[in-house]
Amino acid sequence: MLDNKSKEAQPVVESGGMAQAFSRRKFLGFMGAGTAIIVTAASCKKDHSMPGKGSGGVNLGSGDIGILNYAYALEQLEAAFYTKVVASPYKQMSDMEKSYLTDIRDHEIAHREFFKAALASKAIQGLEVNFSSIDFSDRTSVLGTAKAFEDLGVSAYNGAGKLITNPDYLTLAGKIVSVEARHAAWIRDIITPGSFADMTAVDMNGLDAARMPADVLAIASNFLKTKLDASNLPTN
Amino acid sequence: MNLQNILSEIEKTDPEVYEKLDTRRNAMKSFAKTSGKIALAAVPFALGSMFQKAYASPTAPTDLILDTLNFALTLEYLEANFYIKAVASGIIPSGEALNSLTVIRDHENEHVNFLKTAITAAGGTPVSFTAASFDFTAKGTFPGVFSDYGTLLAVAQTFEDTGVRAYKGQAPNLISNNDYLTAALQIHSVEARHAAHLREMRKAANLLVPAGVDVKPWITLNQSGIGTNAVQASYNGEENVMQAGVTITNIGGQKISAAAASEAFDEPLTKEQITAIVTPFFA
Repeated sequence: MLDNKSKEAQPVVESGGMAQAFSRRKFLGFMGAGTAIIVTAASCKKDHSMPGKGSGGVNLGSGDIGILNYAYALEQLEAAFYTKVVASPYKQMSDMEKSYLTDIRDHEIAHREFFKAALASKAIQGLEVNFSSIDFSDRTSVLGTAKAFEDLGVSAYNGAGKLITNPDYLTLAGKIVSVEARHAAWIRDIITPGSFADMTAVDMNGLDAARMPADVLAIASNFLKTKLDASNLPTN
Repeated sequence: MNLQNILSEIEKTDPEVYEKLDTRRNAMKSFAKTSGKIALAAVPFALGSMFQKAYASPTAPTDLILDTLNFALTLEYLEANFYIKAVASGIIPSGEALNSLTVIRDHENEHVNFLKTAITAAGGTPVSFTAASFDFTAKGTFPGVFSDYGTLLAVAQTFEDTGVRAYKGQAPNLISNNDYLTAALQIHSVEARHAAHLREMRKAANLLVPAGVDVKPWITLNQSGIGTNAVQASYNGEENVMQAGVTITNIGGQKISAAAASEAFDEPLTKEQITAIVTPFFA
């Protein structure tokens, strides 16, 4: 399971999954006996029922686990979005678009389930999304959102890399971010051909964006009903 | 960036900063001398190296970091020189195709300049290559590289997909330095954008080999869609469906095919593997 103590990190989980078997009830039961991170998560669960409290919300945790939960939160958002896109296709979705959007849905679900399984008892809860600003019947609305999510995801992983201390987790993040970049490039190209890496994505030094968690979550939170507390995440 | 302000702030916390930096005036002068020559985005690196001399920071670039950056620079030279010749070849259809290759060429040139500047600022010596350093036929493996559009795009796709794997493999070597790591990641995802677009271009132009193979913006199993074993080392391993001991296929009771599981994660290659792949392209 993924762990903050990098040297003790062990290859994860029996296949098929602890995480799967990890019902909400067991999760709650487990927290009482858990580590500091789990205790933190438990305490903020209570906070969650008190909206308006500044630091309330689901606590992502600290250290590498916090960053992995941060990634897990973003993957939950993306997976939920594409699940809905594929389930209720926009008008005039071409066969190729349908096929590739289904691929992307599967990739994001794979990312989400990977983090859930790998984090096991340290994983945050499933998040509730808020897609009220998206018109799922409208191609422009859906693809515009997809582009924003993918570019945001790329910049989130790029910015989070330096916050990770365990090189294996850095590699894992690297394995995912380039796939998000591939998604971003394709989505951009079907909106505007040739915009895969235009000046709105890549700067004058040929660099993609990198955003810190606070900046990413400020944007992502517009699409999340569940409030996230990132206050324990590393900042450098 | 206002260097005066930065120095003033540091002065507040460390009144002896100028003894460590020689004098304020000399610090400004030595910085100005460097910064006149370098790209704006690399200024933090130059500034960093100036202070590292003064404070011997624990994150000071090591030989490993400089070696890693020079390895990246070598690959960027390879790509930049390839696209310079590709764009000038006259065989790329004008319009969207040529525009895209030009965008990619410009990015690779920017990466070369950025890395050169960063390496110099960190006190290292950037490697240097010229057009004559390369043989893009890979010793005759791709004789049509600049005369046959399909071959040109196949080599381009391979370079980009390989570049993604190279940066991914090297990122852990930069973990001790936030600035270099972030910059490398910012290049890494741009290479992935390029790769995705070139894959779309090859598919749209019906250039996939063998017949019936599909190539999507993401890498399915270890398929290149290029139809020659010469590029296979750039794709082997991408079929992996196990991540950190977790099986991704059908994970969590979801219907995730092995193909989708392989697509969802790109795989790194080691420096040795990358070197073996690109060596034929050096004259």
